[in-house]
Parts: sequence; structure tokens; C-alpha cells
Amino acid sequence: MSVADSTLPLDPERLRADFPILSTVIHGDKPLVYLDNAATTQRPRQVIQSLVNTYEKKYANVHRGIHWLSDQSTDLYEEARGKVQSFLNAPSPQEIIFTTGTTHSINLVARSWGDANIQAGDEIILTEMEHHSNLVPWQQLAERSQCKLRHIPITDDGLLCLESYAKLLSEKTKLVAFTASSNVLGTTNPVQQIIEMARSAGAKTLVDAAQSVPKIKTDVQALGADFLVFSGHKMMGPSGVGILYGRENVLEEMPPFFGGGSMIRRVYLDRYEPADLPAKFEAGTPPIVPAIGLGAAIDYLDQVGLDSIHQHEKNLTERAHAALEMIGGIHFLGPAPEYKVGIVSFTVDGVHAHDVAQLLDREGIAIRAGHHCTMPLHRRLGINASNRASFYLYNTLAEIDQMVAAIEGAKHLFQRKGRKSSRPQ
Amino acid sequence: MPNNDEELYQEHVLDHYEDPYHRGQCEKATHAHEDDNPLCGDIVRIELKLDEGGKIHDVWFDGDGCCISQASASMLIEKMNGKSVDDVKDFSAEQMLDLFGARLTPNRQKCCLLSWRVLQSAIFSPLDASDPDSNPGPDFNGPDLGEES
Repeated sequence: MSVADSTLPLDPERLRADFPILSTVIHGDKPLVYLDNAATTQRPRQVIQSLVNTYEKKYANVHRGIHWLSDQSTDLYEEARGKVQSFLNAPSPQEIIFTTGTTHSINLVARSWGDANIQAGDEIILTEMEHHSNLVPWQQLAERSQCKLRHIPITDDGLLCLESYAKLLSEKTKLVAFTASSNVLGTTNPVQQIIEMARSAGAKTLVDAAQSVPKIKTDVQALGADFLVFSGHKMMGPSGVGILYGRENVLEEMPPFFGGGSMIRRVYLDRYEPADLPAKFEAGTPPIVPAIGLGAAIDYLDQVGLDSIHQHEKNLTERAHAALEMIGGIHFLGPAPEYKVGIVSFTVDGVHAHDVAQLLDREGIAIRAGHHCTMPLHRRLGINASNRASFYLYNTLAEIDQMVAAIEGAKHLFQRKGRKSSRPQ
Repeated sequence: MPNNDEELYQEHVLDHYEDPYHRGQCEKATHAHEDDNPLCGDIVRIELKLDEGGKIHDVWFDGDGCCISQASASMLIEKMNGKSVDDVKDFSAEQMLDLFGARLTPNRQKCCLLSWRVLQSAIFSPLDASDPDSNPGPDFNGPDLGEES
């Protein structure tokens, strides 16, 4: 397979000029090849500049001061909320809650909606491919409420088994919380179908969209999700900001989670009245500048186009699969490229994941090694650790080839050579 | 900038990885311990046969993990076989890193020190001969080690 970069609708070389960090040279003379985008992405000048502009010209606390600067800052912050709203096609800005990230968003739902609605005997359905952040908050809720957690199994090629899901659903099911795209397998799940099945059983749904929102057009109205959560830093925004989208009537009925400033209408010495949405869930000074930066990242994504990013990732993923298969001794985790986002996880016969990553780092190539916050999934797959290469809009086919060559080198170094030491046995 | 990795996968490390010393189970073991690095999934179990005078008659390891964790275990077991409990106690983390030889970043030092931590605990972890559960062979869910061990 040899597709020239020029045939791609998206030109990563041109985009790379926007990302200062990508011109980094490490270990003396190795240009950085950044293939750890599922962990966090890099950000373009446009996003960095929006942070600098805000701090230099428009920064004060939001929704507080009767002064010009606070108005400026508030305008930018609320403008960012509006950008998220239209990015998700949410009906109202009230439904967009700024949090510190996906983990915070899920915990907020588990603590607020979960504690108010889940009782002993109720069931929550999760999947075997969840990130720890979509497992542990529900385990904690189960400890508090004595509800039961059920898990949709995966098939051996890394797809959700929907027949089993249909059997798990019952009148006891109160929530189905699942990932739109697995951070290890890359699998893009049939989100709409999963939601429809949950709704016909009368259950609420939470979509962990951390890996999908940065690259797949997400329309919360078309999907019909009750909750959808993601992080800014995986879509070229700053770290420290994330989103909880919630259906307005569901959010309205939920009690506040964190208490403090901003989330109140009135406070007395012995009680408080909560504020309206979205402030009700934004206690304290919010991540003002990260939220504004997230708005700039959305502008950038709109400009490049999610469809062309998705297609570009598909080309990279196909190239990686084809080239790694040629080497031999590589075992992929998850399905074929057409069923996934730009994530390629694998094990290499005879070389431990950490040694692969270490040897790639020597060549300037950053990939992930370990369990990627999915210990249960790795246990299900019968392995302790794996490698993960994950791509984004600025990665090139040449970088994929460099990675593959370095993996081949690692395999060669660890080839069994019939070594015998003179040691007594 | 010197590249620390240059010497990381040197020949004697790869030798120990491919052809480890005393990898397997220790017959008639009196002591054993096992631990892992949850972050990376490296696992090491060490079984040894101690006499009443505190001499190590036999010591074996088993495990799963990266080259550094398994090769360093092999080197440690080779060094300590036939030594005494006091020798183990006196053997510092720094000496373990020296024994390994190649320079390691702080993250990879954890891989190298896994077997050292396990051995330091194993000498204080007698197996109860009357309890068949106490010597179950490789059990990859062993108890956690404290920081000080």
C-alpha cells in the first residue's frame, strides 16, 4: 500500500506548521514523532494564542464583577459555552456544564444523579471496554447504594456483543454508561443503537465521548443521549477543562454536587437556594481560560472539518495495520480499521510493551505502553500490557512508517539468539 | 546529551533476559514473596530455601514483565544464591542498580528494583508447611509491599 500524502484531502504537513511542539527535536537529532494522542493531543498556536490573549487582555473572574474586565472575561467564557453547544448541536447552552474533564463529569453524574436515583437492587450496565474513569465512579456508587453493575461483554475482535446487551437490559436497568470509542481497541460503538435500546427499557444513558468527540461529528439530539462527557485536552484544547452535556430536564431535577460560590441563588447561615443551570453545577471559580481555549480548539476543528480528520485517521490506521502485519508477530487489540478511530493497540511477540516503547523513544517516537487505564479489558484479553499508537490530524504516513521500522528494529534486537551465559545453572 | 538508553539493552542484560538464572520454582521452599508494579504490570515471585542459620540454600524466581524487570531478577538471584539473610538485608537499592549496570531513568529504576523489593520481603515471609494455600506457586495477585520494604 502506498498512498502519497498529497492524495489525502487533509494536508498534515500544512497543519503541522500550526503546532510549535511538533518541531521539537529530542535525543540530539531525532525529530519528535508524537503518536500518543489518545492520552492527550497537542495544541495549535491559535489555541495557545487565545490563552495568551485572555490572560494579557481579558482576564478577570466571571459572573462576579460589576466592572469592564469581568464583563469581557464573562463574555468570552459564555461564548465558549455557545461554541460547545453548537459543536454538539445541543438545544440550549444551559445543558453545557464546564467541568475539569471527563472524569469530573462522570463523577458529577454518579454523585448527583446517581445518589438521587439509584437504589439497592437497581442495575447499571457498563461495558468490558471502559476506561477506569467510567468504571470506578459507578463502583463507588454501587458501594453507596448497593445497586448492581452489569457489563456488556466484548467479542474476541473487540466489538460490543449487542445480543448480550439486549439480555442484560431489564426493568431493573436504570442507566447504561458506555464509551463511544474505546481508548484501547479504538472500536467505534453503535452509540445511537445502544441509546435506543436503553431508552426502550426505560434507562438513562451516559456516553463517554472522550475519544470520539475530537474526530467524529457528535449530535446529541440525533443520538438522544441523556449525558455525554468529554475532555478539552484530547481535542487540542487545554487540560483542566471538560464538558458535561446533560438533557435539560434531567439536569433540572438533579441536586447540586459541589457546593460553593456561583452555584447558589441565595445563601443563609443555615441553608442555600441553588442557582439555575448551568451555574448550579459550576461551583467556585470555573476553568475560565481553559474553557475559552476549548472554544478556540472548536474553531480550529470546525475549520479543518471533522469528516476529513476522521478520513485522515482512517488512512493512517490502515497504513499502520498493513505495515505491521507485514512484519509478522504483531497481535492487534481490537477490530479492523473500518470499525475504529485512529488507535492501533498491539503486542509484539517476544518484546514486552515497555521495551517496545523504550526502544521507540530512542528513535524519537512517543507511543503508550501499559494498560492504558483499562485493567479489566487487559485481563479480559489475557495480557498484562500492550502498546498503543494513536493518531490525530497532524500525523503523517511517513511517521507511521518510521514507527513500523522502529518496531521492526525492536523485534530484531530481542530476537532469540540462543544466548548462553557461562553462568552455572 | 548522553543517551542513557544506549547502554540499556546491552548484551549481558539480554543474556539474562533470554537465558535467566534459576527461573522456576524452588523445591522445598521455606520462604516466598511476590509483588508487581501495578503501573506497568511487571510481576516477580521469589521462592527460597533458608536454613536455621539464615543461609540461602536455594533461591528461584518467576515472573512476567519487561526486559529490565526480568533480567534484573535473574542477576539478583544469581548474586544471592548461597549468601545469607544478612547479606540480603545489607544489599541496598543502590547496589542493586549498580549490579544491573545500565543507567536507568527513575521510571525504569522501579522495574529494576521490583525483584530487590520482593527478595527483601521474601526473607521475612515464611511459608507455613501445614497450610497448602501458603505455597500456591505463582499467584499474580500477591499482597502489596510497603514503601519501606
